[in-house]
Amino acid sequence: MHRVSIQTADFDLSAEVAALRAGDGGVGAIASFVGTVRDRNDGSAVGGMELEHYPGMTERAIEAMIDEAGRRFDIRAARVVHRIGPLRPGDQIVLVAVASAHRGQAFQACEFLMDYLKTQAPFWKKETTPEGARWVDARVADDAALARWGISAGNA
Amino acid sequence: MRVQVRYFAALREALGPAEAVELAEGSTLGALRDALLARGGRHAEVLARGRAVRCALDQAMSDESATLRDGAEVAFFPPVTGG
Repeated sequence: MHRVSIQTADFDLSAEVAALRAGDGGVGAIASFVGTVRDRNDGSAVGGMELEHYPGMTERAIEAMIDEAGRRFDIRAARVVHRIGPLRPGDQIVLVAVASAHRGQAFQACEFLMDYLKTQAPFWKKETTPEGARWVDARVADDAALARWGISAGNA
Repeated sequence: MRVQVRYFAALREALGPAEAVELAEGSTLGALRDALLARGGRHAEVLARGRAVRCALDQAMSDESATLRDGAEVAFFPPVTGG
C-alpha cells in the first residue's frame, strides 16, 4: 500500500484506517489527524482555496518524514494523504494516520508527522476572500511546533 | 553549465513556472540567485534579499551555500503553508 498520496479527490478516514491496519495483528492503536478548510482566516471570510504543490519533491519530502518517524517512534505503519487543487470550507485537506502497538507512540508519531509536514512539505495555499485572492502566510508557531522535536524548521 | 530553475506559488505567478539559466561551473545556489537578481524587474523584486524565499536543489530543501552542477534542478518558493 502507498504511504503517501497527493490527490485532488477526497479521502475516507474509515477506509484509510482499515487499509492501514489490515493483516497486522500487532496493531493495538491507531492515531489519526484530519485537517479541514476553515471558513475564516486572519479576520476574513474564506470562500475557498487552491492548493499548489511541487510534484515529485512533495512526495519525496513526506516519504522522508515517514522514514524519520519510523526511526524515532515504535510504529508499525503510517499513511499521509494530502489534497491539492480547489477546496471549499469544510472540505478535508490532509490525513495523517499512524498504527502502533500502543497509543503513546501512535499519538506522538502522528503529531510529529503533522508538525513536520506543516513546515517542510512543499504545499502553498491561496485563499479567496471578499477582499480578493491571497497567498496564506506561514506561521512562526508552526516552526516552534517542529522545534519541540529538536528540528529547526526555518520556514516562516 | 545550465541549470533548470522552477518557481512556485507567488513566485510562479510573477516569473512563470520555469526557465533555464546558464552559469559558470561550480556556481553556488546563492550565485544563481544573484544572477537572477541582476536581471532587475520582477526577478529583482520577488527574489530580493530579505524577502522570505526558500529554495530546493534537486527536489530537496537546500540553502544558498549549495554548489550546483550541470543539469541541476533548483526551485525558489515562498515559505510552505500546507496541512
